[in-house]
Amino acid sequence: MDWKKNLGAYLFLIPAFVVLLVFFFVPFFQTVYLSFFDYSKDIYNPSFVLFNNYMELIKSPLFIKTILNTFYFLILCVPFLVIFPLFLAILINQNIKCKNIYKIIIYLPVIISIVVVAIAFKWLYAPEGLLNFFIQELNFKPLGFLTDPKIAMISTAIVTIFKGVGYYMMIYLSALMSVPKELYEAAEVDGAVGFKKHMLVTVPHIMPMIALVSTISSISALKVFVEIYVMTRGGPLDSTKTIVYYIYEKAFENLDLGLASAGAVVLLFIVMGFSIINIFVFERDKYKI
Amino acid sequence: MNKLKKIKFKNILIHSILIFICILSLIPFLWLLSTALKGRSENIFAYPPVFIPKNFTFENFREVLKLVPIVKYVLNSFIVASSTVILNVILSALAAYPLARMNFKGKKIVFFAILATIMVPFQTIMLPVYIITLKLHLVDSYSALAGYLGLIMPFCVNAFGIFLVRQAFLTIPKEIEESAVIDGCNSFQIFFKLLLPMIKPTLALLAIFTFIGSWGEFLWPSIVLTDEKLFTLPVGINNLSSAFSADYRLVAAGSIVSIIPIVLFFLLLQKYFIQGQTEGAVKG
Repeated sequence: MDWKKNLGAYLFLIPAFVVLLVFFFVPFFQTVYLSFFDYSKDIYNPSFVLFNNYMELIKSPLFIKTILNTFYFLILCVPFLVIFPLFLAILINQNIKCKNIYKIIIYLPVIISIVVVAIAFKWLYAPEGLLNFFIQELNFKPLGFLTDPKIAMISTAIVTIFKGVGYYMMIYLSALMSVPKELYEAAEVDGAVGFKKHMLVTVPHIMPMIALVSTISSISALKVFVEIYVMTRGGPLDSTKTIVYYIYEKAFENLDLGLASAGAVVLLFIVMGFSIINIFVFERDKYKI
Repeated sequence: MNKLKKIKFKNILIHSILIFICILSLIPFLWLLSTALKGRSENIFAYPPVFIPKNFTFENFREVLKLVPIVKYVLNSFIVASSTVILNVILSALAAYPLARMNFKGKKIVFFAILATIMVPFQTIMLPVYIITLKLHLVDSYSALAGYLGLIMPFCVNAFGIFLVRQAFLTIPKEIEESAVIDGCNSFQIFFKLLLPMIKPTLALLAIFTFIGSWGEFLWPSIVLTDEKLFTLPVGINNLSSAFSADYRLVAAGSIVSIIPIVLFFLLLQKYFIQGQTEGAVKG
């Protein structure tokens, strides 16, 4: 009877297990495995070099730069994506008309492919584009949004923020529904109104959600790729080259599989730090660990 | 009276901020639309910029549809996204059931193995996934079917889906199942006839978010696809934007056409997005 019960469970699990094995677990171990080999001299005869690829990465100014770029990107996006959507969610959660229309329009960029969003922004950022027109109207010099190494990353981060705001706003809205109305009433009795009321009641109550949004948006910032691929290709002067872009370039353009895999393992360690916090601290209930 | 005025002022302020944000959300797309509707004779770099085209025309749309098989891209995206959805719903539901409802040997290991997959971003394993896909001959150089399968298979199940469905199963009271066992139902009957119909809303949510994700996916298709006949929308539109970068009217027209299907899909199913049920579908 016991083995029969086990067998039943395994039958249900097998389809998903096979897919995850082939397209997840095997590639995962293969990434680690490949990172110990040198493919740069002869791609058909890689030689085992243990940690040489990692040493090479540490010594490579370009790789260090991509790591710094990625964290710069993270710092540009994450604070904004944590705070601004909360502000919007609080506004929409008020007793106002046309709520749903606002929600739909603000959510719209989330469902549109990042490729199209990036193309739309490339057009706004053009040297003679719409944004430079407004800048000139304000009596400033036109900006090279995607051509000036100093601001290209900021321009890219704006695209990511634009696409993310609606998503995080919805997460906050569902969290706001759980704040008991009595808490606000009590705060009002104590004389807290408006902004202060929210700082005293809303923010502490949905702190777990704020923390969750921080880690989720950090993880997606660390994985940024498409915006950059479509808009700048890592340029100008590698100023927007991020870790994933580096891995992509090494793997699929330079065919340096060992170095690409070592870069991937480094990214994996960085992301895992955030993920572990996420799963075991903020999302315990969801996974019922 | 004074209080009423204050509330009115507050409402006006809230509405103005929200309207401003809505305009910001729409401007990039409206500006694309405006560019797409401008005729050959109209300068798209005019200073000051012109928002409402003077020579209003659909010529750019006609031309881009003639030059680039966007309809074919839409069809490809649809095939890939709907297959991905169907497989995700089936495989997630199957895998979630024993994780939520049964006790079996190795349950803990299976549980943590699936949980661990959440920590590993696709970007870190994409190279070996590509090598395996090549070895399995799931690329478009073999056949169209192989090409589609190569696009679908790596994304046909994931931990988010499994845990989402598992959570739904956990909310169903055990007693319902126990009474079915007394009535002589086996695991498969309980699963298909009893439990699955009860978690339809969760499955719908999983289907919708998987569809949106698959529809917008760019990285993986751009790696595996070589044959233009199999291009999905994001890959095709990116290709179009580099091929016609000299004429942004066509790029704009192509981009606008490409977002129509997904925007319609969104508007039809908007209640699923804005009811605040999104929490369960949070992805890292």
